Amino acid sequence: MHIVVCIKQVPDSAQIRVHPVTNTIMRQGVPTIINPFDLFALEEALRLRDRFGGEVTVLTMGPPMAEDSLRKALTFGADRAVLLTDRCFAGSDTLATSYALAAAICKIGETWGVPDFVFTGKQTIDGDTAQVGPGIAKRLGLNQLTYVSRIVEVEPSSGRLLVQRRAEGGVQELESRLPALITMLEGTNDIRRGSLDDALRAARAEIVTWNAAAAGIADLSPCGLRGSPTVVKSVFAPKPRAEKAEQIATAGTAPDEVADAAVAEIFRRLPGLEAELLS
Amino acid sequence: MSQSPDGTAPAKPAAGRAGLRKELPEHFKAYKHVWVFIEYEHGVVHPVSFELLGEGRKLADALGVELAGVLLGGERDALIAAARTCFQYGADLAYLVANPVLTHYRNETYTAAMTRLVDTYKPEVLLLGATTLGRDLAGSVATTLLTGLTADCTALAIDGERSLAATRPTFGGSLLCTIHTLNYRPQMATIRPRVMAMPAPQAGRTGRIVEHALDMPEEDVVTKVLRFLPDRESNKAQLAYADIVVAGGLGLKSEANVGLVKALADALGGEYGGSRPLVQKGWIGGDRQIGQTGKTIRPKLYIAAGISGAIQHRVGVEGADLIVAINTDANAPIFDFAHVGIVADAVELLPALTGAFRRHLSINRIAS
Ligand SMILES: Cc1cc2nc3c(=O)[nH]c(=O)nc-3n(C[C@H](O)[C@H](O)[C@H](O)COP(=O)(O)OP(=O)(O)OC[C@H]3O[C@@H](n4cnc5c(N)ncnc54)[C@H](O)[C@@H]3O)c2cc1C
Ligand SMILES: Nc1ncnc2c1ncn2[C@@H]1O[C@H](COP(=O)(O)O)[C@@H](O)[C@H]1O
Repeated sequence: MHIVVCIKQVPDSAQIRVHPVTNTIMRQGVPTIINPFDLFALEEALRLRDRFGGEVTVLTMGPPMAEDSLRKALTFGADRAVLLTDRCFAGSDTLATSYALAAAICKIGETWGVPDFVFTGKQTIDGDTAQVGPGIAKRLGLNQLTYVSRIVEVEPSSGRLLVQRRAEGGVQELESRLPALITMLEGTNDIRRGSLDDALRAARAEIVTWNAAAAGIADLSPCGLRGSPTVVKSVFAPKPRAEKAEQIATAGTAPDEVADAAVAEIFRRLPGLEAELLS
Repeated sequence: MSQSPDGTAPAKPAAGRAGLRKELPEHFKAYKHVWVFIEYEHGVVHPVSFELLGEGRKLADALGVELAGVLLGGERDALIAAARTCFQYGADLAYLVANPVLTHYRNETYTAAMTRLVDTYKPEVLLLGATTLGRDLAGSVATTLLTGLTADCTALAIDGERSLAATRPTFGGSLLCTIHTLNYRPQMATIRPRVMAMPAPQAGRTGRIVEHALDMPEEDVVTKVLRFLPDRESNKAQLAYADIVVAGGLGLKSEANVGLVKALADALGGEYGGSRPLVQKGWIGGDRQIGQTGKTIRPKLYIAAGISGAIQHRVGVEGADLIVAINTDANAPIFDFAHVGIVADAVELLPALTGAFRRHLSINRIAS
C-alpha cells in the first residue's frame, strides 16, 4: 500500500504579532511547525501502513526551509519525503496549490507506485480554507472523503473502503473505493512519538527535492500568482469599536450588589430579552 | 488516478500580471445573478442558507440582478416546499434538481449537479455556508469550474467595478484581508453560520422555480451512504444559535469552576462555551469552543467570564447584541469590544450573577 500525506509548514501563529503602528505581520523569529491538523492525517496513514505494509510518502510545497517539517515527519516514521519548491509557486491560492500538489502526486505515483490513499489535514491554521484537499481529489479523480472521524474497514485487494465522516448534525457512514483522498478530523488519534531508529534515519535521510520541471509540470500558467484566480486586494487590522465597555462599579461593593447592578443594566439594554425570559 | 492534473483545464483567460487587472474575458460576460446554495438535508434547510439569502439579497440589489437559491435533493415536493421558504427569505427564483441520487449529501453527485447548473445558467456570484457540507462541496465545485473561492468570509460587498469583495481573517485571525476573483466566474465564497444576520421572512413573497434534470443513475455513483447516525439530542449543536451564551476562559482557574459558567447558562436557559485554551485543557468539549477556529455565535446576550478577548475569540462573538465581560484586569482587551464591563473575580461573581438573575426574574414574574 502506498500512501501520500500532504503536510504544510506553517508559522506557529500563536506567536505571530502584528506591528501596532504599521499593521504588518512581524514574522521575524516566529517558529514554524507542521500544521497541527496534518498530524492526524499522518498518524492515520502510518497506522494503515503498519497494518497493511507499504510506504508513506510525505509531500509539502513550500520554500526550501519547509524541509524541516518533512524531516520532522520522517522522525514520526514516514518512509520518504518530497519537497516541491520553485519560485513559480509563490503566491499560490488554493486552486494553484492543488494544481501543483496534484502534479507532484502524479509524479510520486510514477516514481514509487500509484498511491492508494492521499491524506490531507482538515485545514491549515494559516490558510484555514479546507479547500486544498478537495482540490487535489478533484484534479486527480480520487474519491473525496472529508472530515473522516474513523476508517472502519479497508480491503486493499478489492479497494473497498468504509469510513465514518462528520456531517451536519450527525455522522455519515460511507462505503467508497480506493484510490481515495481523505481529510482527517482533528482529535481522532495521537501522533506517535517515533522511534530512535526513525530519528536517526530522519537526520540522515535525503529529502527528495523537486522544482516544477522535476515534478513534471510543463505548463506553468496554472501555477503561483499567475494561476491564482483570487487576488488579495488589501490587508488591514480589524476596526476597533468606537467606545469602550461601560463599567459597572465594583470598588468596595459586595458581589451580590455588583450582580444586581449588572442584571439591571443587562435588562435595561435588552428589555425584549427580559420579556422572553419572563414568559 | 483517472485524470492528469491539467487534464480538465479549459481555455483560460490571459493571466500573468494582467491577472491582477480587471479584464473579464468575453465568455464570462454572460455570467449574471447571485446564487445561494441552499443546504437542505434530512428534511430541513440549514439556517445558514437563509442568512446567506439575506446577504445575497443585498449583493443582488447592489448589482441590479436576481437572487436565486439552489436546491438539490431526492424528493421534488419537499424541494418545492423549501423553495417557497427561500422566496420568503429574499430569493427571486429557485433552481431545483430532484433526483434520488441526491437524497443524501455526497460529494460526487452534488458536485456534478452544482457544476452543471452553473455551466447552464451562469451565475456571477455563488455563496455557500461554510459548514462541513458546504466546505466539502465548495472546493470540488471551484476546482471543477477552475474559478476562485474565498473561504470563511466575514463580510461581502460589491465594489465600484461590480466585483465581489470578500473579506476574511488572515494570519491566524490577527488581520483581515479583502479578496477579489477578477477574471473568473462565478466568484465563489463560503460564509460560516451566524456570521451574517438572519433576515426577517416576508410572508407572501413568491418566486419562480426552474427545474433542471440531472442524468445520473445510482450505478454510476461510487460512494454509497450506508447510514446516518444523528448526534444525540445534546445541546452542544445549539451553541451557535443560542440566544444567551455564557462562556469561560482561563480566568476560571480550574475545571471545577466551569460548573459556575454552566450554572449561569442553565439559569438563563442558555448555552455555555469557552475560549480555546479550555478545550485544549480538556475542560470543555471541542464543540463548545467559541472563536475563529470554533463556533461563531450571535446571541442576544453574551457573558464572557475570565476571557482576555484575543482577536481570535473576538471575531467569533462580535455579532452578539450585548457583550458583558467579567475580568480582573481593567486593561484586558475584552473591554475594548464588550458593551458592559465588570472588573471582578469571575469565580465570585458568577454565582452572584446566577443568584441575581434568579431573584430578578422570580420577583418580576410574580409582579407581572
Ligand atoms: C490560529 C489561532 C486560532 C485561535 N482560535 C481561537 C478560538 O477560536 N477561540 C479562542 O477563544 N481562542 C482562539 N485562539 C487563542 C487566542 O489567541 C487566545 O490565546 C485565547 O482566546 C485566550 O484564552 P483566554 O482568554 O481564556 O486566556 P487568557 O488570554 O490567559 O486570559 C485569561 C483572562 O482571565 C483574566 N482573569 C484571571 N483571573 C481571573 C479571575 N479570577 N476572574 C476574572 N478574570 C480573570 C485575566 O485577566 C485574563 O484576561 C486562537 C489562536 C490562534 C493562534
Ligand atoms: N503547501 C502545501 N503543501 C502540502 N500540503 C498542503 C499545502 N497547503 C495545504 N496543504 C494540505 O491541504 C490541507 C488543507 O489546507 P487549506 O486548504 O490551506 O486549509 C492541509 O491540511 C494540508 O494537508
